[in-house]
Amino acid sequence: MADYKGVLICGELAEDKITTVTKELTNTGRRLSDDLNQPLSLLLIGQNIQETAAEAISFGADRVFYIAEGLPFAESLPEHYVAIIASVFNQIKPSIVLLSHTDMGRDIAPRLAASLGTTVCMDCIELEIDADSKSLLQTKPVYGGNAMAVWVSVNYRPHVVTMRPRSASPAQSDPSRKGQIVPITVEIDESTIKGKLLETVKEEAKGIKLEEAKVIVAGGGGIGGSEGFQLIQELAQVLGGTIGITRVPCDEGWMPTSLEIGQTGHIVSPDLYFAIGISGAPQHLAGCSGSKCIVAINKDPEAHIFKEADFGIVGDYREVLPILIEKCKALRAT
Amino acid sequence: MDIIVCVKQIPDPEIPPSKFKLDIESKKVVPPEGIPPVMNPYDEQAVELALRLKDKYGGKITVLTLGSEATSSIAKHALAMGADEGIVITNKAFEDSDSFSKAYILSQAIKKVGDYDLVLCGRQAADWDEGLVGSIIAENLGLPLVTLAEAVDVANGKLKVKRVILDGYQVFTVPIPAVVTVSNEVGRPRLPSGWGIISASQKQIPVWSVDDIEADSSKTGASAARRKLVKLFIPERERKCEIIERETTAEASIELVDTLIKAGAI
Ligand SMILES: Cc1cc2nc3c(=O)[nH]c(=O)nc-3n(C[C@H](O)[C@H](O)[C@H](O)COP(=O)(O)OP(=O)(O)OC[C@H]3O[C@@H](n4cnc5c(N)ncnc54)[C@H](O)[C@@H]3O)c2cc1C
Repeated sequence: MADYKGVLICGELAEDKITTVTKELTNTGRRLSDDLNQPLSLLLIGQNIQETAAEAISFGADRVFYIAEGLPFAESLPEHYVAIIASVFNQIKPSIVLLSHTDMGRDIAPRLAASLGTTVCMDCIELEIDADSKSLLQTKPVYGGNAMAVWVSVNYRPHVVTMRPRSASPAQSDPSRKGQIVPITVEIDESTIKGKLLETVKEEAKGIKLEEAKVIVAGGGGIGGSEGFQLIQELAQVLGGTIGITRVPCDEGWMPTSLEIGQTGHIVSPDLYFAIGISGAPQHLAGCSGSKCIVAINKDPEAHIFKEADFGIVGDYREVLPILIEKCKALRAT
Repeated sequence: MDIIVCVKQIPDPEIPPSKFKLDIESKKVVPPEGIPPVMNPYDEQAVELALRLKDKYGGKITVLTLGSEATSSIAKHALAMGADEGIVITNKAFEDSDSFSKAYILSQAIKKVGDYDLVLCGRQAADWDEGLVGSIIAENLGLPLVTLAEAVDVANGKLKVKRVILDGYQVFTVPIPAVVTVSNEVGRPRLPSGWGIISASQKQIPVWSVDDIEADSSKTGASAARRKLVKLFIPERERKCEIIERETTAEASIELVDTLIKAGAI
């Protein structure tokens, strides 16, 4: 096991740029590498990304691996990613492999761990090197967020781990950092690739992205139907924010599922989060508990959301919202 | 189309947080009193997806569950929804198995069932929230895998799978047989019909043991676990809520805006 050294981050790109979640991983990976006194490597998979690879050094990686000669396939499948990561793994034998708990990480990490015959821990919010044993303590929410579990791997390397977005702050760029950029080529036996990706359809949200919003007004089951969301929309608009929802409006078909916040939806951390007609289930809070300020409006004084909010009003949202909207409009006018 | 669905019994994941209790010493969750365990919701959606495929293409649905004989109640629930057969796999040696062991046991059971075109699992179990078993089964059986499915159809002798992503969806095709993990976007599972409940209650649920599935017991149980739980705890709440109370809701609402301004939130 001593043969395994260092941390390998499997990075993600959006329009050839390193994503925020990958910068978060880089921050965590840097800390773990420093604690282990071992190198931090970053793998980037994409086309024509030489510049991005160079830039990645400034975020804290000691080595950046990237695919040099364009990819041998038009659109990458999870199977391709696993093959590439496994090939880099075999070259450098890191003791920790980090991925983000995104659509990609959720899919790839289990396959990767199974194919490497090692262990994996999904959706961690904290990673720490135990000072005595030097083992990796992996903390993750379980039971929908009702509890936290801390795991260690037993005699298996590497540790494959996915990290929940927003559980660490993104690494900042330091252009003075030095590192090594390693172009690689990976041969993939296409006959082993079983699946085919026909299309990827992105339903681009209009306006502000939930992950970037400073203000989110979220409505839940208490809104009672799609009409009620007009008030939610209006409040979001006067505050210059955007709207989110819980599972209930998705399941009921009142609002599009792409707005869902929580364990299985968006993970957000705005400055201000309104939880309106929302009971405060842990699976929902998993997506918004990183907000700076949470305001709850709920007609049930016993609702759990009041235990997780900073400010609250016990009342019917139909009464509260029109006044909030008026008052905020008046404020903006002055 | 013959489908195998793997289902798991878990404590009701939607209990109020105040009812959620741990035994810190034994690192175990204390089952909430008076609230019966349920089928993992994502597994129930997997059963629903299987039933939709059966409605369209015919075939047989076999439900596998790993646990004790008490868990046969969720197999019965799946039968009442419309599945054809339920099997419980149980053995002391399986207790405290990790996801790899569970996937190994299920893979052995799937081999024993034999003929199938599709294996469905929920995307994750709502107790440990890991999302591993389906993917490991695919690896064990050397089958193609698509995760986080919201719909499955058949086209040109292959499976066409719609996979949910955060801001849209993807469409994959994979050869048959394959493993697919199912997400909640499938929608509400159907309720068992009266007739379904009656016919399910009359069906036998076979119980399989290690020997029945030719499982190597060194690959199961606590001693085979690749990970160890060192601590289980309930996180501290960091916020203290200031409830704004006034004579009327209207006054409280006005006060809320002023409070938020003072707090620098707007
Ligand atoms: C495995 C799993 C994963 C899940 N993942 C997610 C997830 O990612 N995101 C998510 O959101 N949920 C998720 N859930 C669902 C979650 O457990 C809750 O069921 C859900 O969040 C509840 O939504 P809600 O609070 O909007 O609705 P409810 O629980 O129905 O609460 C409605 C609230 O509105 C209040 N109310 C009613 N009328 C009014 C009114 N007129 N004015 C003011 N208040 C009113 C009520 O007092 C109540 O508190 C998941 C569940 C499971 C099992």
